[in-house]
Amino acid sequence: MDFQYLFELLCGGVVKGSIYALIALGYTMVYGIIQLINFAHGEVYMIGAFVAFIVAGILTLTGYSGLTVLVLAAVVALIYAAAYGYTLEKIAYRPLRNAPRLSPLISAIGASIFLMNYVQLAQTPDFLPFPELVADFEFMEPIARYVSSVDLVILIVTTVTMIALTVLIKYTRIGKAMRATQQDMVMARLVGVNVDRVISATFIIGSVLAAIAGVLIASRTGQINSAIGFMAGLKAFTAAVLGGIGNIPGAVLGGLVLGIAETLGAGYISSAYEDVFAFGLLVLILILRPAGLLGKAVKQKV
Amino acid sequence: MTAPSKGRKLLEVSGLTMDFGGLRAIDSVGLDIFEGEIVALIGPNGAGKTTFFNCVTGIYEPTAGEVMIHPPGEKSRRINGMKPNRITTLGMARTFQNIRLFPAMTVLENVMIGRHCRTGTSILDAILNSRRAVREERETVEKSYRLLKKVGLADVADEFSRNLSYGAQRRLEIARAMATDPFLLLLDEPAAGMNPQETLELDELIVRIRSEDKLAILLIEHDMKLVMSISDRIYVMEYGKEIAQGTPREIKENPRVIEAYLGEEAHA
Repeated sequence: MDFQYLFELLCGGVVKGSIYALIALGYTMVYGIIQLINFAHGEVYMIGAFVAFIVAGILTLTGYSGLTVLVLAAVVALIYAAAYGYTLEKIAYRPLRNAPRLSPLISAIGASIFLMNYVQLAQTPDFLPFPELVADFEFMEPIARYVSSVDLVILIVTTVTMIALTVLIKYTRIGKAMRATQQDMVMARLVGVNVDRVISATFIIGSVLAAIAGVLIASRTGQINSAIGFMAGLKAFTAAVLGGIGNIPGAVLGGLVLGIAETLGAGYISSAYEDVFAFGLLVLILILRPAGLLGKAVKQKV
Repeated sequence: MTAPSKGRKLLEVSGLTMDFGGLRAIDSVGLDIFEGEIVALIGPNGAGKTTFFNCVTGIYEPTAGEVMIHPPGEKSRRINGMKPNRITTLGMARTFQNIRLFPAMTVLENVMIGRHCRTGTSILDAILNSRRAVREERETVEKSYRLLKKVGLADVADEFSRNLSYGAQRRLEIARAMATDPFLLLLDEPAAGMNPQETLELDELIVRIRSEDKLAILLIEHDMKLVMSISDRIYVMEYGKEIAQGTPREIKENPRVIEAYLGEEAHA
């Protein structure tokens, strides 16, 4: 058995998985608080990548270094995505807060289709080349076979982001309010938590994470178009369900498992079936552990 | 117990009516609470007491009637149809008949969340760990500990709330409600399911809260011994209507009440 090859695949899987995890976090946080599957989340990720593309395109002309451009482009993308997430919730979901659960779900699908087509019309349906902003680091040369410089940036950024998110949820005022809202929304209101604001914050945070993922993936694959949000969204949703939707560590675990399963399947069997491995795994988990890897079976409250 | 001299009015409910479809759950009920009072709302099961609470705390929007609050030192407001978190911020806090703590948060965190509407650290403050954020966090923890001491739960502050005993969970609910700095505390059957010893402690706690924290308290309660011993005034509801009000002595002797409520218990 070729361990070197296996290790190579594993590294690729972890990188891919950590991106899935970033997007999956947005799904799972929103679901945890308002039990809505925000199908337009993938589009926020795509918009993040587009904004970064445009900003990076302009900034490259100014002659800044690649990493500086990447950071600046990412910051603008985050702000844009946050605004989109906030607005999306206001327009598409808030008016349906007390409607039957199916209505916001359909609204989410509608928002997803709208955003995808809006970007396609406003920008282009074609693939655009995303500039290579992360130059190869010299110190990475010995292990470049396993982890490229872009991958290293991705791993660092996702790790830092996830730690920051954990601290935010565990220790800050807004984090406590989010947990309280998740556990009992009516009671949270009654102890004075402005639940509407907490929900807005959740969408903003989720969108920021998605935009980070969008920028990272775009700089890794080197191309974007208006449809990338669909598949990424679907995969991340799969990751969230895999880990147990509503469960934050579950989203991270689900993302990693999904990424690794995909790369291993693609590497050992056939890359043409990459998606089949991802969704096949989902089916398997749903049969064996319907609540997901870390999810708890929820008893219906009466 | 002597009725206190009536101070300022804090809560003024008049003509409160709540319909659910064709069902009139509350029919033109009025109720006033004055500063420093402990008022009980009693009545047989299904009389509409909890619905009354829900109307006053913003969970339901009343069909008709007026709910006015007069917070000390602030201007009066009509709160019909206001969101619950607004009403809490204005100074009314409540507990529920069934325990509704945040089970996956610690005892301390449960109380701290009650401070949410009194603090203002933004995400940005928290990220930058600004001086304001640090100070506010410290104050929140201190205040929460003080409240936990008051209800006798300071030594279990780091336990998950779901691991507390039943009586302790009930006291934690009161501490959490008090963390919002209310001028009026609404307790929905605080003694439900408690043993006589726990009820006695609760009795003492409620009286202490009134005297130490200068709070007015409105409570729904079935434990007649508790109600009669701590209430200054009592309102009685039956089938959504108010049938009597007065001091505990007056209520005990009111034939209408004996028939509707105490009579029912005597038969049971």
